[in-house]
Parts: sequence; C-alpha cells; structure tokens
Amino acid sequence: MNWIPNWMHRLASPPAFYRVADRLLPWLAAASVALIGYGLVGGLALAPADYQQGEGFRIIYVHVPAAWMSLFAYSVMAGAAVIALIWRIKLAECVMTSCAPIGASFTALALVTGMLWGKPMWGTYWTWQDARLVSELILLFMYLGVAGLHQAIADPRAGARACALLALVGFVNVPIVHYSVEWWNTLHQGPTITKFDKPSIVAEMLWPLLSMALGFTTFFGYALLKRTQNELLWRERGNSWTKEAVA
Amino acid sequence: MSEFLHMGGYASYVWGSYAAMALVFAWNLAVPGLRRRALRRELRGIGAEPK
Repeated sequence: MNWIPNWMHRLASPPAFYRVADRLLPWLAAASVALIGYGLVGGLALAPADYQQGEGFRIIYVHVPAAWMSLFAYSVMAGAAVIALIWRIKLAECVMTSCAPIGASFTALALVTGMLWGKPMWGTYWTWQDARLVSELILLFMYLGVAGLHQAIADPRAGARACALLALVGFVNVPIVHYSVEWWNTLHQGPTITKFDKPSIVAEMLWPLLSMALGFTTFFGYALLKRTQNELLWRERGNSWTKEAVA
Repeated sequence: MSEFLHMGGYASYVWGSYAAMALVFAWNLAVPGLRRRALRRELRGIGAEPK
C-alpha cells in the first residue's frame, strides 16, 4: 500500500486520530454555534414570509438541512465501510459505526419536520404514495439496521464487517432518495437548490438555509468525532494511550 | 412578539419542528458525553485492581 501517503497512515493510528480530533472539536463546535445562530435569526426573523405558505415555510430551515444530513451521513458511512472492508482499518470501522446513530437521528428529524410541514400544506402528515417519503423512511431503517447490528455482534471485527456490508447494500437507496422527486413526480416538490439552474429562492431566504445546512454539517462532524473517539477508547481499552487520553 | 410566536397560525408546526431539532441536537451531545464519562471511569479502573 505504498501509494497511500504517509500522513494518512499516521492519522489512521488511534492515538494520533484521538489527538487530532481533540484539536478539531472546539473549532467545529464554534462553527456550528455561529452558523446555526445566524441561520436561526435569518430563518425565523429576517427572511420574509413565503407568498404561498406564509410563516409555515420556516420549517424548511430545519427540514432541508436535516434531510441533507441524512444523505451526507450515509455517504460518509458508506465511504468508511468501503475502507473498512478493503483495508480493515480500525479507524474506518469506528467512523462507520459512529455515523449510524447520528444519521438515524437526522433522518428521523427530516421525517418529523416533513410531517409537520405536510399537515398544514398538503393536508396530511404522511402518504405511502410518495417515493421521497417512503425512500427516506427506508433510509431510517437502514441506519437503525447498521446501528442494531453493531450492538448485536460482540466481536468488533466481525461486527464491523457485517455492518459495512449492510451499509453498502443500503447505499443504493441514497440516489433513490435524492432523485425520487424527479423520477416519480408525486407529492413532494422538486429540488430548489441542487439543480443545474439558478436556485428558485430569493437570497434573504437562501442564505440562512445555506448557513443552517453548513452548521448542521459541522455539528455532524463534531458528533462523529466525539463518538469515534469513544469507539476507539473502547476498542483499544487495553492500550496505555487510552488511559493517558482520559487522564 | 406574540405575533412572532403566533407564526401566522402555523405556531404548533413551526415551533414543533424547531423543538424536534433542539431535541436531536441535545441527544447527539448528551449520548456521546455520557458515554465518555462511563469510559473514563472504566479505563481508569483497568489495571488498578487492589493488590
């Protein structure tokens, strides 16, 4: 594996990663607070009401970033799963299993806020007739499956292998979630921002949304590093560095 | 202020969404934090058994 740069090798060693994560955590925390702070003020107070949905549209400042995280976290999990399967790097295994509960929580948030938006705007909390809604629910089950499998298998190596396979099988669902609104034109609206055209939203509404999305992403980074550190401490509990790390 | 809280009649849906967000953030902070505390206790115990 000569083509993998030396610094990547070093970073993949648990004690080195633990220290780097410790240094990154306060920056990620500060960035999330600032970005979400601006997003909340901008989204709840500064942005004008929508001409059709009135004040109810402000739910998108939670819904869209949560939905974005649900796909982003799964992509990180699947990427780590590939690395874990091929190179069996312990760090990749810990990153992968740490993604599952965080991703599940954001997927649940996307579903709940979607329902709270759907009731006043569509007249229903839920429908089985819409591909976006159903595929997002399947995404939640994939996360719960990986998290459950991780809990169920005592041997960490075998458990990580099973989780990685399940995570990769479930990855086929990610593009389905993303493109569902284009492939099946049912109830959920099409993309507003992620399309090859100008975003169909004014700047005063867009900036807080982008800030929230970025703030959610840095928060995900924070939670992921924290959980990955915990995983590494547990998996390496016999080694001396773990005692020093928590001293 | 009360107009702001009223959210044009969508108060329960809008504030419900933001409450759900607060819950998810709190959960994602609390669970790894508590786990860290438990790990700290556990790791300090390893190798420190009475002679």
